[in-house]
Amino acid sequence: METHAEAGKEGKPSCASVDLQGDSSLQVEISDAVSERDKVKFTVQTKSCLPHFAQTEFSVVRQHEEFIWLHDAYVENEEYAGLIIPPAPPRPDFEASREKLQKLGEGDSSVTREEFAKMKQELEAEYLAIFKKTVAMHEVFLQRLAAHPTLRRDHNFFVFLEYGQDLSVRGKNRKELLGGFLRNIVKSADEALITGMSGLKEVDDFFEHERTFLLEYHTRIRDACLRADRVMRAHKCLADDYIPISAALSSLGTQEVNQLRTSFLKLAELFERLRKLEGRVASDEDLKLSDMLRYYMRDSQAAKDLLYRRLRALADYENANKALDKARTRNREVRPAESHQQLCCQRFERLSDSAKQELMDFKSRRVSSFRKNLIELAELELKHAKAEEHRLLALLHLLWR
Amino acid sequence: MAAEREPPPLGDGKPTDFEDLEDGEDLFTSTVSTLESSPSSPEPASLPAEDISANSNGPKPTEVGLDDDREDLFAEATEEVSLDSPEREPILSSEPSPAVTPVTPTTLIAPRIESKSMSAPVIFDRSREEIEEEANGDIFDIEIGVSDPEKVGDGMNAYMAYRVTTKTSLSMFSKSEFSVKRRFSDFLGLHSKLASKYLHVGYIVPPAPEKSIVGMTKVKVGKEDSSSTEFVEKRRAALERYLQRTVKHPTLLQDPDLRQFLESSELPRAVNTQALSGAGILRMVNKAADAVNKMTIKMNESDAWFEEKQQQFENLDQQLRKLHASVEALVCHRKELSANTAAFAKSAAMLGNSEDHTALSRALSQLAEVEEKIDQLHQEQAFADFYMFSELLSDYIRLIAAVKGVFDHRMKCWQKWEDAQITLLKKREAEAKMMVANKPDKIQQAKNEIREEIEEWEAKVQQGERDFEQISKTIRKEVGRFEKERVKDFKTVIIKYLESLVQTQQQVFKIEVLMNGRKHFVEKRY
Repeated sequence: METHAEAGKEGKPSCASVDLQGDSSLQVEISDAVSERDKVKFTVQTKSCLPHFAQTEFSVVRQHEEFIWLHDAYVENEEYAGLIIPPAPPRPDFEASREKLQKLGEGDSSVTREEFAKMKQELEAEYLAIFKKTVAMHEVFLQRLAAHPTLRRDHNFFVFLEYGQDLSVRGKNRKELLGGFLRNIVKSADEALITGMSGLKEVDDFFEHERTFLLEYHTRIRDACLRADRVMRAHKCLADDYIPISAALSSLGTQEVNQLRTSFLKLAELFERLRKLEGRVASDEDLKLSDMLRYYMRDSQAAKDLLYRRLRALADYENANKALDKARTRNREVRPAESHQQLCCQRFERLSDSAKQELMDFKSRRVSSFRKNLIELAELELKHAKAEEHRLLALLHLLWR
Repeated sequence: MAAEREPPPLGDGKPTDFEDLEDGEDLFTSTVSTLESSPSSPEPASLPAEDISANSNGPKPTEVGLDDDREDLFAEATEEVSLDSPEREPILSSEPSPAVTPVTPTTLIAPRIESKSMSAPVIFDRSREEIEEEANGDIFDIEIGVSDPEKVGDGMNAYMAYRVTTKTSLSMFSKSEFSVKRRFSDFLGLHSKLASKYLHVGYIVPPAPEKSIVGMTKVKVGKEDSSSTEFVEKRRAALERYLQRTVKHPTLLQDPDLRQFLESSELPRAVNTQALSGAGILRMVNKAADAVNKMTIKMNESDAWFEEKQQQFENLDQQLRKLHASVEALVCHRKELSANTAAFAKSAAMLGNSEDHTALSRALSQLAEVEEKIDQLHQEQAFADFYMFSELLSDYIRLIAAVKGVFDHRMKCWQKWEDAQITLLKKREAEAKMMVANKPDKIQQAKNEIREEIEEWEAKVQQGERDFEQISKTIRKEVGRFEKERVKDFKTVIIKYLESLVQTQQQVFKIEVLMNGRKHFVEKRY
């Protein structure tokens, strides 16, 4: 199924999660996207007046795997160890939606034509919404990179933006995925080991506090995200339930010849409206709440990763200190030990400084995003409630006669 | 129709008077709630006026016309009808005010008027006193309540006892207010007695609530959780609705068994309502036999009305079942949604708690949580109302099954008549054969026997015909009454649902406004 999406201002729900005040010297956006059988092709458009680029405006076509490659390149780069790497966008997943559409297509004889049309419409809207969201996620990833003073200057980034050909990055095969999985386990084990290491004292209160905070925050936000998803899905389910009810009431109404006719028909209309309202509530919640929670869940994971790297650097520094002491007592190979220790110290301090800055940015970003989204959500719900009340009162008057 | 009878005493047969009187009849149904019961001066001036020219049909009220009148009326119940003719007074004065206030105006005189064959002309024929008497007999002045479910006994022999309270001004009851304790099997016993007396003559006896072995066992075992309290409450409400429907039926109200049920403090235990008793099994066998019989009876329907009505009820049944299933699904999902929302509210609160960097952020998380709480309140309300709708639908699905049963009885009655006719024919043929055959020795005795049999079967045929006509007539009346009740019930529930929807919406709106104000204040501070 081929779908085009114009990534205009309306189609960027998740951009609202991230407050980007980049300067305009490098502007990146996804101007178009096409969904083919099982991949999505994004058209990444760049506008820049930086001297590095050959043109001021150019675009390339990229797929999801290439975004992941870029992300991994950043993560593996030692230079950026002290920065929060923006989380990679999730893989576009249309499976559930496609399955449902297929099931609907197989047909159910008890469903009337109007019901079928409505359900099909709902599913198509869902598909489109998922598509728009995935475009937005990919775009936000690129835009954060472009806005960050250090990250935007990465060579791989330029290649990603400019190189006209296919980057021939294949998706991770099973071995690599497994490798990645094992690496994560090793990482958490390592972290546990480091923290348990004797003599490793956290010198900075700021970081101690941040660590406890982030750990707790990450768990809770993950929890909230899951539950928000469940609520949103329940709302959608409810909205779908109204379809057969509305249809049954309509047919009851058309069969009646007495005063119940108007009542039933009007009630059918009401349920149709309620369905749209539930659908709107569900999508509002999805955009303003669920998506935001999900994004910050990933972002807080990235922040945790940063802290881990810093901790690792601290552990290395400690080890280097011990090695130096040992070398001094034995009075052998003091020089290399000294220079190694110097290196570790420098690295650690560099990491600490940038981490501090990054974490504070993270906090302000998070707070302003939450604020904006929650206020918008409340305003939307208020608007809906007001409109519904008017309509319901009008309907009641009509039925009372 | 009316033109063939003697001119009505309340008018002089002129077309205008008929029109007036038609309006007068329409008047009953539209202004019932505004009339006083005092036989002296009514207040004609205060009565609403109606567009007479649109509704009148001339001197002969045709069946269709009457229906249209009533329909227009229902639609414009609040429109004005002006009365200035003095002949209206006696009709007005005999009109008592209803004890039970209906939402829609179709109560008291409805049972009289609904049958097309006996309508306005019947009233016109009577004298003033007779009308008064009849109207009084139709007073729907009885209120039934079922309350206070109490668990009696222990273990598997335990049961719930419900208090049945009656408030009435009817003369046939000894007191005006009384209450008794009844258990569920008593209700079932009452229904089976009424059904055995009235169903086969064509009366639609309201069905009792269904047994539920699972539900009752939980209660008996003593589980004090929300599902068993819910079950008991559901049953209590269903029993109340059942009794209210039963007493609304004018014929059933007169039944001595019903009176005994409502009044007497001790009631013989109805044992043959138990599912696993001998009587229960017999019932099941009978039901199966009936189903088979129904398939084999081929009835020559002489009256299109019955065929039409049966088809109508069949359609209605199907659609109500479909709607009921969808509504049940919705109720179930709403429950799920409110559970999920509660869970999310907790998570949001925890998230807010851990966000201790800025007091602002915490405030925002709390706001998110409050919002969720409102949403939950909203859903619980809506859930309760849908539940009411769903119960109404299941009541009507069972009622329509009773209606179908009544139609089936009519078929059986016809079958009996038909069989009697066939047997009579056979006997007559046998007689004729005997007349022709020449067997002098047996002839006289056999002839007498056959003669007797023929007379017997002739009587049976006549009885069969009379029974069939009676049941047809009763069914027509009953169906009309049933339709009226149905319209009223549905409309009431729909309006109640909408009202509470509006109310909930208003509450939510108020809280949202409050919260929005708080948010803006917080925003400014930040």
